[in-house]
Amino acid sequence: MAVHVQDYLRMHKMPHIWCPGCGTGIALGAVVRAIHNVGYSRDEVIVITGIGCSARTNAIIDFNTFQTTHGRALSFATGFKLTRPEMKVVVITGDGDGAGIGGNHLIHTCRRNIDITTILINNSIYGMTGGQYSPLTPRGSYATTAPYGTVEPSFDICKLAEGAGATYVGRATAYHVTLLEQLVTKALKHEGFSLVEAITQCPIGYGRRNKMKSPTEMLKWQREHAVNVKAAAGMSPEQLEGKFLIGEFVNKTAPEYTKLYQKLIEDAQSKGAK
Amino acid sequence: MKRQVKLLQGNEACAMAAVAAGVRFFAGYPITPATEIAEILAQELPKVGGTFIQMEDEIASMAAVIGASIGGVKGLTATSGPGFTLKQENLGYAAMVQVPCVIVNVQRGGPSTGMPTLPAQMDVMQARWGTHGDHPIIVLCPSTVYEYYMLTIKAVNFSEMLRMPVIILSDAVVGHLREKVVLPDISEIEIVERKKATVPPEEFLPFKPDADDVPPFVSYGKGYRYHMTSNNYDEGGYPATNNHQVADKLLRRLHNKIEKRRGEIVMTEEIMMDDAEVAIFAYGCTARSAYSAVETARAQGLKVGLIKALTLWPFPREVVEKYGDKVQAVIVPEMNMGQLVGEVERALKDKKAGVRPLNRFDGKMITPEQIVSAVKEVK
Repeated sequence: MAVHVQDYLRMHKMPHIWCPGCGTGIALGAVVRAIHNVGYSRDEVIVITGIGCSARTNAIIDFNTFQTTHGRALSFATGFKLTRPEMKVVVITGDGDGAGIGGNHLIHTCRRNIDITTILINNSIYGMTGGQYSPLTPRGSYATTAPYGTVEPSFDICKLAEGAGATYVGRATAYHVTLLEQLVTKALKHEGFSLVEAITQCPIGYGRRNKMKSPTEMLKWQREHAVNVKAAAGMSPEQLEGKFLIGEFVNKTAPEYTKLYQKLIEDAQSKGAK
Repeated sequence: MKRQVKLLQGNEACAMAAVAAGVRFFAGYPITPATEIAEILAQELPKVGGTFIQMEDEIASMAAVIGASIGGVKGLTATSGPGFTLKQENLGYAAMVQVPCVIVNVQRGGPSTGMPTLPAQMDVMQARWGTHGDHPIIVLCPSTVYEYYMLTIKAVNFSEMLRMPVIILSDAVVGHLREKVVLPDISEIEIVERKKATVPPEEFLPFKPDADDVPPFVSYGKGYRYHMTSNNYDEGGYPATNNHQVADKLLRRLHNKIEKRRGEIVMTEEIMMDDAEVAIFAYGCTARSAYSAVETARAQGLKVGLIKALTLWPFPREVVEKYGDKVQAVIVPEMNMGQLVGEVERALKDKKAGVRPLNRFDGKMITPEQIVSAVKEVK
């Protein structure tokens, strides 16, 4: 059933603060449609953010919402989820917030497999502060703090999440927004920790310094460089050179943290600790 | 349950008091000399349906406690110097967003990792000003195991009553000391719960304060959908980052929460001060030596009294001021290079009494003899 995203927005908080051509709104739209798809009520969903452009998503959506400190949203969310396991906890983060300053928290939240759905909006740059390179900025890119090009490599946040124990991992782009909505829908339904990376365009902070002046050029870049993981299975390393994968990477079941802890409480109350 | 006579370690008393005060969530990270609090709560919280979690670091521990409190549960964490430093970021968040929580700092010698197993009182100013910005804070400081118990309950109550973080600043002596304590019957302990909404969701503004400047704290997921942010915010909870009037009003109100209940929050004990010619102003483990010094000096005919501060912040200036023209001098022994003595000087700047710091920062307690000598130097 079609949904008007506007129905879920706090229209009195408009206009939003994002730049023209920004991809954050596309990702947010996919998240809102996914919540609608799953059928959660506004009251049972809580959306927690940190700092940065991604963090400004939750002030304008009509769910239970709070913004936290830079990179710490997953730790706040862990405390919240442990005390309110009945609620559907969604964290929206970014490449600086989630992969940089909050990277350690991401690793350990994956490891615990606590039932939190995380959408990491990767726009390849610190946008809110005006275009500094992030841990997910491709090597050689220009940024306000990399006027000669970055010498640092970026890394694959989805592989990190998988390695750390996340039980649902996927990636899509702003261009592949239908896939993004599908992945977030599945992530929301998944019991355990899920991470969906949304690669988005930042034409102001990243594109215009890196030979992609318009949002359209950046969306085209996403279309031309993304390869679905299913198609990639039949492609040679040469064919995949310079490309990145999208699609569902991990979907497995493992004991969920709050369920395990509830069991621990029951055991402690009946048997007592050692 | 009746009054209980127990032999308790300070950190153990703190953990027991937390459970008695209704704390049902602890997140922490191992650190000497505070670890016992985590170990005991790991054992005790599940028995009462509560949650213990050891987080990946001190920053995450503070965040998880705040997250749990936002979820509607009383939360506490415990740490020491290096960990306390890491907690400052989210401590400021709790002060700004008005989330109740309690942070125990069992002080050890610094700077940096310093002397992990030895006591100090070097975090007095960090407890007040460690996180950036003009934030309000309450800091309580026990000198005995019994006080550790009672002040932990007070800390939880103040935090819930005022929607703000409260710090318990103990030290390695009081934390590891074992003393006989007589605990009150739990039914006699006053337990404060946070205020609930008095209006329906459509009229609800999450940061509209009552007359005491404290807004009710309504749990999410019960029909009251709202936003909270650590940016400067309006009564609706939304960012108002460039609104000067909103910023001015918010900051004043955050501080007024304390000022309006100052009489209740500022706790001191005045011991043998009625005829005192010299006062000792002390807190924490140093107050133990000071008390002993007063007894010794009195036995020698010296008119000495003790002002023991249980609340360090807000600083009990009214109590110190009261004696400013009555005593010749106020001696301020501290296990640091002179921190709270500055506040004593400020309180007495227009008074007759002189202020004499007495400092030790080598990991050893200030002895009663040192304090008695300082008293005799005044005479």
